[in-house]
Amino acid sequence: MIEYITSYLKSDTTPGQAGNFLWAFIYILLIFLGLSVAVIAMNWLERKILAHMQVRLGPMRVGPHGLLQPIADAIKLLIKEDIMPSESDPFVFWTAPLIVVLTAFTVFIVVPFGPTHAVTDMNIGVLFMLGVSSLSVLGVVMAGWASNSHYPLMGALRSSAQMVSYEIAMGLAVISAVLMTSFNPSGTGTLSMIGIVQAQEAQSTWFIFKFFPLGLIAFFVFAVAMVAETNRAPFDLPEAESELTAGFHTEYSGFRWSLFFLAEYSAMIAVSSIAVTLWLGGWLRPFPHWLSGETWDLVFSLFPGLTFLAMAGLTFYSVARMPKHPYFRAQTMGLAGFGALLGLIGLVLFAPLVRDRVQDIYWFAAKVAGFMYLYIWYRGTFPRYRFDQLMKVGWKILLPIGLGVLIVTAILGIAL
Amino acid sequence: MQPVATTFFFYFLALVTVISGVLVITRRNPVHSALALILALLGQAGLYLMLYAPFVAGVQIILYAGGIMVLFLFVIMLVSIERAQKEEQFNNMWVVGVLAALVLGGLFTGVYVKGRDLFAGREIALPEQSNTQQIAVLLYGNYMFAFEIASLLLLVAIIGAVVMAKKRI
Amino acid sequence: MVPITTLHYLVVAAALFVLGVIGVLTRRNVVIVLMSIELILNAVNLNLVAFSRLYGLHGQIFAIFVITDAAAEAAVGLGILIAFFRNKETVNVDEVDLLKW
Repeated sequence: MIEYITSYLKSDTTPGQAGNFLWAFIYILLIFLGLSVAVIAMNWLERKILAHMQVRLGPMRVGPHGLLQPIADAIKLLIKEDIMPSESDPFVFWTAPLIVVLTAFTVFIVVPFGPTHAVTDMNIGVLFMLGVSSLSVLGVVMAGWASNSHYPLMGALRSSAQMVSYEIAMGLAVISAVLMTSFNPSGTGTLSMIGIVQAQEAQSTWFIFKFFPLGLIAFFVFAVAMVAETNRAPFDLPEAESELTAGFHTEYSGFRWSLFFLAEYSAMIAVSSIAVTLWLGGWLRPFPHWLSGETWDLVFSLFPGLTFLAMAGLTFYSVARMPKHPYFRAQTMGLAGFGALLGLIGLVLFAPLVRDRVQDIYWFAAKVAGFMYLYIWYRGTFPRYRFDQLMKVGWKILLPIGLGVLIVTAILGIAL
Repeated sequence: MQPVATTFFFYFLALVTVISGVLVITRRNPVHSALALILALLGQAGLYLMLYAPFVAGVQIILYAGGIMVLFLFVIMLVSIERAQKEEQFNNMWVVGVLAALVLGGLFTGVYVKGRDLFAGREIALPEQSNTQQIAVLLYGNYMFAFEIASLLLLVAIIGAVVMAKKRI
Repeated sequence: MVPITTLHYLVVAAALFVLGVIGVLTRRNVVIVLMSIELILNAVNLNLVAFSRLYGLHGQIFAIFVITDAAAEAAVGLGILIAFFRNKETVNVDEVDLLKW
């Protein structure tokens, strides 16, 4: 039994390639758990960071510094009454959130957390990802239609028109990145996600820096398109509360609304993972070729433990700043316990055995976390686009830029 | 990569596709028909994957299920009227229609029964690792002209659809 | 069990084709007739891809072109439907009889 487990850990392919159902299932469970934790953390982080950007404090009451707020939100959503509009189509009303959640989670099958840490490495990985994220438009349209009310219908139509328009710009940017993989020493490009990161490793540049500034422009097109694709600020007209009373998910309450919410955050993490894989080098640590060698590898492998120790240090600092009143004793002890947990994780990540295996996942997660911070930053900073301005940006600005980048990349690739 | 449980997956996907096809032609509500058609298209994409055609499967999901069906759902939402759902769904000559289709099915069965040994066991082992690359070589090599004509066709279709659906030309 | 041969895929494609033909011939709702036409095109695609397993990749390229054509045809067909619906306010094919004597 132990030999079976350790023999798998030394494997050099993904579970999908090896045809190993058990390990694929375990990976899927791990991804599911990781995503749930990430969505909970994103909920808390969004409210806190947005609040601090607006010079206020955010949730402070529920747990120490509002740490238990997401759990309170989840419990509230689960015990709310499940309302179904009277004239609605029950089957379509019921399947719409299901489709949105399913497509948001299915993208993670091809997302690579390491050279062998993906559920499977389909050789059409990029195509699969694009196709599955275009299926989420169907769920949105169905949700708006089944609610049998004006605001959701208009919100659904606007949202789906926006998502379809920005899919095209996204696709063009993705094609530019895939084109860059074919400038490999071996001469053939690849559509598989793991292959794209390995192409970046072989060409020893992240594609965002390739043919500077072409990679940057392609990345910029994809970054804007992915924010519009997930209906987030500043492109969140279809679901903003002050505009269309929450758009296509107005009539959903309780658990079904939480499914939409889960799907939105999962879609954000999914498209950020794709941007990280395609342009920012996936699981590669910074400067793999320039700063190479034993000592630099050691230095960079200390980063995961150091990050968690820094977070623990911040937590202990805020423990020291807690008010010294007996009413706050429970919160202070809770915060100190949380800090101790973070410190413990940091110390565990210093152990050499764990250090080598966790490197890839850590750098991938750190880059995706950077993208999540960018998402929250955009929400706190930019005003909302009006719908016709939104469509103008998608069709008249991003599409020509995407086409131009594709053509210039192809020309430069052949010429150089 | 070794194929795993091919028989089970084939029968499962074929059943999903055919039953969704039956649901498409028998539902009263066109939205339900559209959803059944989406399921049929996804089942068919699975069948393409089993036939070692991953690129066609990807194109099917992106274009057919993610593009054409969204178009259908939009139009259904625009033209769906309650009166149409309450009246008679099948036309007067439905018996003749079904009989004609069954005769066609009988013709197919006859062809397959007679020609059963024509193409037995000659399956080429298509390597699925380089499927996209091989399709690209063929598409931009032998079939370049058809590729350009297809893009022209899509342009004409876009112009045609926009002109057709405008309120005033 | 019997190993899955090309014939199995051809039978599935024939079933889909027959279902599509029944849909076109018997339904009154124009949108469902158009969806049945998509079923027919899918059956043809399955046939093409099944045979491409035996004879090379040309079948798959033909299937890609068929999908492209189906997209164009669905767009134009639905445009015509919208134009007609705007005039006559019905989606019943039996009422498309303006040219009938």
